Amino acid sequence: MIRQAAMAVALLATWPAAAQTDDMANPAFLWVEEGKALWSERPRPGAKSCADCHGAAETAMRGVAARHPAFDAKRGRAMLLTQRLDACRVEHQGETPFEPESRRQLGLAAYIALQSRGLPVAIAADGPLAKTVAEGRALYTRRIGQLDLSCAQCHDDLVGRRLAATAIPSGHVNAYPVYRSDWLGMGSFWRRLGNCTTGVRAEAFAPHSPEHVALESYLAARGNDLPMQAPGFRN
Amino acid sequence: MIGKAQLFTLCLAALMATAAAGQEAVARYRIENGAIAASLTGVPGDAARGRAIVVNRQTGLCLLCHAGPFPEERFQGTVGPDLRGVGSRLSAGEIRLRLVDSSAVNPATVMPPYHRIDGLERVAPAWRGKPAFDAQQIEDVVALLAGLKAP
Ligand code: HEC
Ligand code: HEC
Ligand code: HEC
Repeated sequence: MIRQAAMAVALLATWPAAAQTDDMANPAFLWVEEGKALWSERPRPGAKSCADCHGAAETAMRGVAARHPAFDAKRGRAMLLTQRLDACRVEHQGETPFEPESRRQLGLAAYIALQSRGLPVAIAADGPLAKTVAEGRALYTRRIGQLDLSCAQCHDDLVGRRLAATAIPSGHVNAYPVYRSDWLGMGSFWRRLGNCTTGVRAEAFAPHSPEHVALESYLAARGNDLPMQAPGFRN
Repeated sequence: MIGKAQLFTLCLAALMATAAAGQEAVARYRIENGAIAASLTGVPGDAARGRAIVVNRQTGLCLLCHAGPFPEERFQGTVGPDLRGVGSRLSAGEIRLRLVDSSAVNPATVMPPYHRIDGLERVAPAWRGKPAFDAQQIEDVVALLAGLKAP
């Protein structure tokens, strides 16, 4: 406990003062610490670390999470931040993709997202990403599951109403990945999505599936100009 | 070589099997004047069983969205109308239709269809082809709600 607190304090020394009080209580920063270590770790002798190619994360990764998902011209498709990480892992480090929702994946994603703290979400939704955003919007407004509900019915029309004890939030993704106390851990938007599809008794979307990419792209674009808050905290 | 008559019989049998399976999952009913007047089962509903269903957060889910006269239940929802006095606002037939398929009353409804399986998309494997409530559960909940009279 004391070690964790000390670690959090050490980490916080370099962050904007306004966020500090909240961040001190956010266990997500234990994941961030892991991501920070991973940034400069060589996966094998001879292989390059993220830092070897990109340099300091504070400068190289500033604003990167705020503009993801983004259209990748080279690959001709939309890419989530976590897909970016996998691409570098596979193509530039010769490693396998990160295990979805692993500490390493979440830690690195959280560490990179932290470099966009406070910056406005800036998804280029009018360019070549527009098609993916439109697909995401279509999914978002489609009724699914045995309860026959769309995301929009809850997250646009019923925001603030109570579903049992929980006030329905507007469904923004600018704080993801988040630490959630009822998960006793961190999770990405994809993990949260799984909770919502289970709630309406719908079939889950696979991680990094076209539907997952489209929904995350739409939700991120819908949150354009909101300040980046990742890694967030939820009760 | 299967003869024509045989083939016809086979098809008919398949059709009948499908109809039987369908009938098992979802009862037939008729909507008139915004209500399903007739019981789905012919067996009177049991209000006590209906209450157990309504307060159950896993099967009924009602209290996720509704509040009602269930004082022992904490954290009741505010998504739908309070169920207090619903038996004075709506007839048993109107309540039955709203439980079976609320979209027949309001196409933009948030109230889930508890006894419809057609037109649903991406239903999780565990629930596929099954309505949320069987016909008798609908009748039990109707019995409870129809008895919730305004003071
Ligand atoms: C061998 C060099 C190399 C290594 C090692 C490497 N990358 Fe990259 N990375 C690149 C290049 C080149 C690009 C840009 C083009 C591309 O490949 O898509 C890039 C792009 C990225 C981007 C997108 C940046 C943007 O502005 O959109 C992120 C995020 C990223 N890398 C993260 C990482 C992480 C995290 C690691 C370590 C796990 C890593 N990279 C390892 C070379 C590398
Ligand atoms: C029945 C209402 C309902 C539906 C339908 C629904 N959600 Fe949710 N969603 C919730 C509730 C309630 C929460 C907050 C839960 C909590 O914090 O404990 C939530 C949380 C979220 C969050 C996290 C927001 C945050 O600030 O942390 C996102 C993102 C989200 N939902 C996306 C979706 C998507 C995408 C869909 C459609 C596939 C969907 N939801 C369908 C009720 C719903
Ligand atoms: C996902 C939220 C949700 C759930 C779960 C839900 N309802 Fe509803 N219900 C609503 C909403 C919203 C309405 C308002 C009408 C509409 O949206 O069409 C409603 C309407 C009703 C009405 C009509 C009330 C009136 O005064 O007109 C009854 C009766 C009703 N619900 C009973 C139930 C019962 C019983 C259950 C559980 C078996 C249940 N509901 C589950 C959301 C829900």
